[in-house]
Amino acid sequence: MTLALPLADVNYVESTLVMIVKSVVIFLFVLQVVPLILLLERKLLGRFQSRIGPNRVGPYGLMQPLADVLKLLSKENSVPNTAVPWMMALAPVISIFCAVVTLAIIPFGDNGDWGGNFGLYGIDVPIGILFYFAFGALAFYALMLGGWASGSKYSFLGAMRSAAQLISYEIALGLSLLGVVIQAQSMSLTEIVHAQHNLWYVVPQFVGFCIFLVAGFAETNRPPFDLAEGDSEIVGGFNTEFGGMRFGSFFMAEYINMIVIAGIATATFLGGWHGPGPDYLNPLWVVLKMLGFLVLFIWVRATLPRLRYDQLMSFGWKVLLPLATLNVLVTAILISTT
Amino acid sequence: MTTSYDPSADVIEVARGPNPGGVASIYRVFGETLRGLKTTLGRVVEGPVTLEYPEQKTPVYPRFRGRHKLHRFEDSGLEKCVGCSLCAAACPAECIRVVAAENTVDHQVSAGERYAAVYEINMSRCIFCGYCEVACPFDAITMGNDYELADYTRTDLIFTKEMLLADPIEKTPLRREGE
Repeated sequence: MTLALPLADVNYVESTLVMIVKSVVIFLFVLQVVPLILLLERKLLGRFQSRIGPNRVGPYGLMQPLADVLKLLSKENSVPNTAVPWMMALAPVISIFCAVVTLAIIPFGDNGDWGGNFGLYGIDVPIGILFYFAFGALAFYALMLGGWASGSKYSFLGAMRSAAQLISYEIALGLSLLGVVIQAQSMSLTEIVHAQHNLWYVVPQFVGFCIFLVAGFAETNRPPFDLAEGDSEIVGGFNTEFGGMRFGSFFMAEYINMIVIAGIATATFLGGWHGPGPDYLNPLWVVLKMLGFLVLFIWVRATLPRLRYDQLMSFGWKVLLPLATLNVLVTAILISTT
Repeated sequence: MTTSYDPSADVIEVARGPNPGGVASIYRVFGETLRGLKTTLGRVVEGPVTLEYPEQKTPVYPRFRGRHKLHRFEDSGLEKCVGCSLCAAACPAECIRVVAAENTVDHQVSAGERYAAVYEINMSRCIFCGYCEVACPFDAITMGNDYELADYTRTDLIFTKEMLLADPIEKTPLRREGE
């Protein structure tokens, strides 16, 4: 059993150089992809709303994210009188750190898919999903710290909301993945993908998949669960008082979180790198499936209005949590009897 | 004969949806969510309705009241305006200033006895009511189709006779029949 081992259960050793190169490549890849997703979101949102979207900066508006980032970089980092400056500086750091760290466990391909003795993922930890939840939970501290340290009531309200929301939905998210873990007999994401060789878990774990999707929206603070930001009612929520690249870091962390959720969903439910064609195409399938999830995120954002706070809470605790628990119970009973 | 008032006759039945809660409501919520997703996807299929403004202009109707135009006779090239100042009298915003002068044999500007030596319209005051057009006995001034009148200074918005006589640099598209 891999679950019992404290360290990675790998039967090969990657040299330090390979690890460094891998981490740099994944980090750079995602940092390059975030502006593209930003553009994709704005373009797609436009189409969903019968608009064109940004098309003024560069051909097809391709330079728009660059312009946005340059604008953010050139802006002032203002700190309100009531704020705690060093905490305000720390919050975006925690936020983006947690987002980037969770990237490490997303498997883009198997060990040896591109030849050689290395896997197309950052690290393969036997506690993969727990690792994700650990850093996901840490990321909330960034939101709460940021909101509280700003010394503004809107930020504080946003922080309180996000604290309540993320705690509620974290449970449902965890339970929805537990079904997969029970079925795959492992928490390592690569093992889970291996276990889906014949059948993607989206079929036997369909309920879990739905719960994961809904809770995933809530976890990433995406509409219709964007109460933490709630721009139309509490100005900007926890990031109201943040300007310049500090705001940019929060923003980027949100998009990296989206990528991570898409990657986890791909690995746990959509069969990860499994797809037609030779092995070296595997990362392509992962990226395509992740792109599908990202488009879904944007599609839902264009469609659904923000939930009311009490609706959000009652939905999380009265619908998602019992459903997720039931799903785990049924899965456990079925697995243990067969 | 007494008329009795029946309060129940005033009660209007309001059609209400089913009560929230329960499994059926969850089903309905997801049904509505899917319907919403279908609606937004329909917008993608339809394509954008945006007019990319500086390049594509909104076409106007033929009777659209935009920037004024002063006219000349097409055959002789003489100005139609005879400097009668009726437009200035009709103008509720008092934005037209006309100073008339006599035509002479070697300086024939308009077809009548007099012509407008100065004809100015202050576009920052004009309310585009079109009364000047109605008041003019010679159809010398009409409302054109141009609506791009923004400028950097107020003095630039005082249109002189030469500017009003000249054709606009860019023609505003006209709405076609049935558009």
